[in-house]
Amino acid sequence: MFDSLSAKLTGAFSSLRSRGKISTSDIENTCADIRSALLESDVALSVVDSFINVIREKSLTALPNIQSGTNQAQAIFEIVNTELVEILGGAARRIRFAKNPPTVIMLAGLQGAGKTTLAGKLAKFYLDQGNTPLLVASDLQRPNAVTQLQVVGDSVGVPVFAPEPGNGVGDPVKVAEQALIFAKSKLYNMVIVDTAGRLGVDEELMKQAIKIRDAVKPDEILFVVDSMIGQDAVRTAKAFEDGVGFDGVVLTKLDGDARGGAALSIAKLTGRPIMFSSNGEKLTDFDIFYPERMASRILGMGDVATLAEQAKKALDGQSTAKLEEKFARGDDFTLEDFLEQLEAMSKMGSMSKLLGMLPGAGAMKKQIENFDESEIVRTKSIVQSMTPLERRDPKVLNGSRRARIAIGAGRKVQDVNSLVDKFAAAQKMMRQMRKGGGMPPAMAQSMGMPPGMGAGQMAPQKAQQPAKKKSKSGNPAKRAAEERG
Amino acid sequence: MGIFSKFVAKLKGQSTADPLDWKELEAELLAADLGPSLTAEILKNAKDLKGDDAAASLTQILKSHLSNKPRALSAANPVNVVLVVGVNGTGKTTSVAKLANHLKSSGYSVAMAAADTFRAAAVDQLQTWGQRIGAAVIAGKDGAEPASVAFDAAISAKDSGVNYLLIDTAGRLHNKRDLMAELGKVRRVVEKTLPISEVLLVIDATTGQNGIAQAKIFTEAVDVTGLIVTKLDGSARGGVALAIESALDIPIKFIGNGEGERDFALFDSGAYLAGLTSD
Repeated sequence: MFDSLSAKLTGAFSSLRSRGKISTSDIENTCADIRSALLESDVALSVVDSFINVIREKSLTALPNIQSGTNQAQAIFEIVNTELVEILGGAARRIRFAKNPPTVIMLAGLQGAGKTTLAGKLAKFYLDQGNTPLLVASDLQRPNAVTQLQVVGDSVGVPVFAPEPGNGVGDPVKVAEQALIFAKSKLYNMVIVDTAGRLGVDEELMKQAIKIRDAVKPDEILFVVDSMIGQDAVRTAKAFEDGVGFDGVVLTKLDGDARGGAALSIAKLTGRPIMFSSNGEKLTDFDIFYPERMASRILGMGDVATLAEQAKKALDGQSTAKLEEKFARGDDFTLEDFLEQLEAMSKMGSMSKLLGMLPGAGAMKKQIENFDESEIVRTKSIVQSMTPLERRDPKVLNGSRRARIAIGAGRKVQDVNSLVDKFAAAQKMMRQMRKGGGMPPAMAQSMGMPPGMGAGQMAPQKAQQPAKKKSKSGNPAKRAAEERG
Repeated sequence: MGIFSKFVAKLKGQSTADPLDWKELEAELLAADLGPSLTAEILKNAKDLKGDDAAASLTQILKSHLSNKPRALSAANPVNVVLVVGVNGTGKTTSVAKLANHLKSSGYSVAMAAADTFRAAAVDQLQTWGQRIGAAVIAGKDGAEPASVAFDAAISAKDSGVNYLLIDTAGRLHNKRDLMAELGKVRRVVEKTLPISEVLLVIDATTGQNGIAQAKIFTEAVDVTGLIVTKLDGSARGGVALAIESALDIPIKFIGNGEGERDFALFDSGAYLAGLTSD
C-alpha cells in the first residue's frame, strides 16, 4: 500500500540528495511535492497542511546545524519519517483484555468496510493465541450477513452466536445482550460483536449502535475503515467518534494499491491508534498495525521487519535447526531441503506480498504485481515427482528418469533440466557460503524471482538501496512480460 | 449550492476573488474527492469568472467535465447482458438487486446470475433479494467456477428470452492480476452465447482517488461502459466519479442512495453536481 505516495516521496528525496547543498527553496519544493503526493493519497486537506507546516519548520531549524548536503537530505527524511510515525499512532497498541472475562470487542463502521470478514480474521487471530472467542451476529440488517458470519466462523473454527435469522428480523441489541450471558455461562474469554454497516449521518442506526454498546459495555470498540476511503474519512470518523465512539481503528483492504490517506487522517484527527490491518481475502491475511513499519513503507524503505517475522513463523524451528545442523556437519543441501524451503515460503503467503515488503519495492511495483505465483507450484511439482533417491542425489537423473518426472509433473523435460541445472548451481553456491545462511540468489532465481530478491538479500540492510529496474527471467514468456511492463 | 453561492456572492461587484476565497474553493473541491489534478484544472478555468453570471459559469465548468456518452442502459439486444463489477464492499450485490427492481418496474423481464461464488453467503444474499423483488436468480453450486455460473446463466437467459440478465460478480481489488483475468474469462464465456450489452463498475461514493485507478484497470480488463455510484445517501459526495468521467470518459448511469430496493435512480447531473458542492 501507499505505493504511489512512497514512489513520489522517494522521487522528491532522490532529487534532494543529488544536490550538494539544500537551500530554503529546495525545502519549499520538497514540501510542495509531499503536499501533492499526500493529497493524491486522500489524506485530508487539513492534515496535509498541518503536516507540511511541521515538516517545513523542523527542516528549517535543523538544517543550519548540519554541514553537508547529503546529511541534510537525510535529516529531512528523518523528520518526515518521525512525523509520519507520530501521526500514525506512535507505538502499536494491543487489545486491552478485561479483568473479568469475557473481553468484549465491538465492530462498527460504514457498509462494505469489511466488518464481517474482519470479525472472522480477528477471531482466528485470537484463537491462534489460545483464546476462546465467540462471534456474535448482530448485523441483522444486510441480507444474509448472519449466514456470511456463520460461514466465516465455520472456516476459522469459532462458534457463532446467531439466534436471529437476520434479513431485517430480530433485535441486534437483544442478540448482543444474550450473547454476553451465553459467553459467560460457557466460559468464552472473548466476544466479538459484528454489527450492521451504518452511515455516519444515519442517526437512527447510530442510536442502535449506542444501544448495543451500552448493552455489552465493550472493552474495545473498533472502527473498521476501508483503506480506499477518500476525504469523507474525516466526516465519517467524526460522526462515529461523536456517535458510538471508538477506541481503535482497523484498516481493511490494504492489499489494494495506492492508498493510506485514510490512515493518516483518521489517526491524526481522532487521536485513536490504528490497531490492526487486514490485507487479503484469506482469513489469515490480518496483522497488528505497526506505525513504524507503515511509515517506512510510505517512505519507500520497505517492511523488512514484517518479512523477517513471517519467515520466522513459517520456518518452524525444527526444520530450520535441522538444516543448520546439516550445514554444520558439512552435508549437502538436497532437493528435499529445497522442497521444504519452498513449502515454508508458500506458507508465508503470496510471493508478491512478500516481495512488496522489501526495500525499494515501490520502484518495481509492476514486476511484483505480475509475479507468477504458479511458478513456485510448478517447481514444487517437479521436485515432488522425484523419488527420494533422486531428491537426495540428483546425479542419478538420467534421460529416462527425467522424462518420467516431466510426465509426473505435467511439465516438459526442458523444465526438469533447467531446474536440475539451477539446483546444481545453487548447491555449489551453498557449499561456498556454508556459514552465511539464507538462500543463495541463484536458487531464488530458479523459482522465478528477479535477481537481487533472493532471501540472501532479505536481511535488514541500509534502507534506501536503489531497486533493480529490470529483472531478467529465465522464462521467455515471463521475460517478455517483464520487458513490456 | 452552498460553497459556490458563498464564493459567488463574494465575487459580485469585484473583478476577482481574494486569495483566501480561492483557497476555500480549493478546499471544498478537494473535500468532495475531486482530487488535486481536477481541482487544479477547475480552479484554473474559474480564474476568469467574475460578476453576476459567475454561478452559472461555475456550474458550466463542472458540467464540462462530464462525459457526453449516453446514460441510458443499452436495450439494443433481445437479451441484454449486464455485467456488474467492482472492488470489495462497494455494493455490487445490492446494486444488482436494485437494478433488477428498476428494470422490472419499467416492464422488463429480468434474471440475475449469482457469479460471486467467493464471498461467504453472497449467493444467499442475492437469492434473498430475488425473493424480495420477485426476480429469478441463477446460481451454481457452492464454490463453483464463476465463469461456469455465468455461462449457464447466459444459456438459460437465452432460452427463457428475458430482456435483461444481470450478472453479479465477486468483489476484487483491481491490482490482483489473476482475479482480473478471471473477470475477463467470465466476459468471454458469456459472449459465446450472448453479446454483453453493458459492463457497469460499482464505485463507492466514499472512495477517494483510488477510484480512478479502479476505473482504469477494470476498463482495461472488461471494457467498462458505465458507473453505478453507491452510498450517496451518506456524507460522502462521490466527487471521484466526476474525476473518472473527466479522465476516462465513462458515464455515471445510476446512483444508489439507501439500503432499500427503491433507493436507486438514474443519474441526474443537476442533482449530482449540486450535491458535490453543497456542504
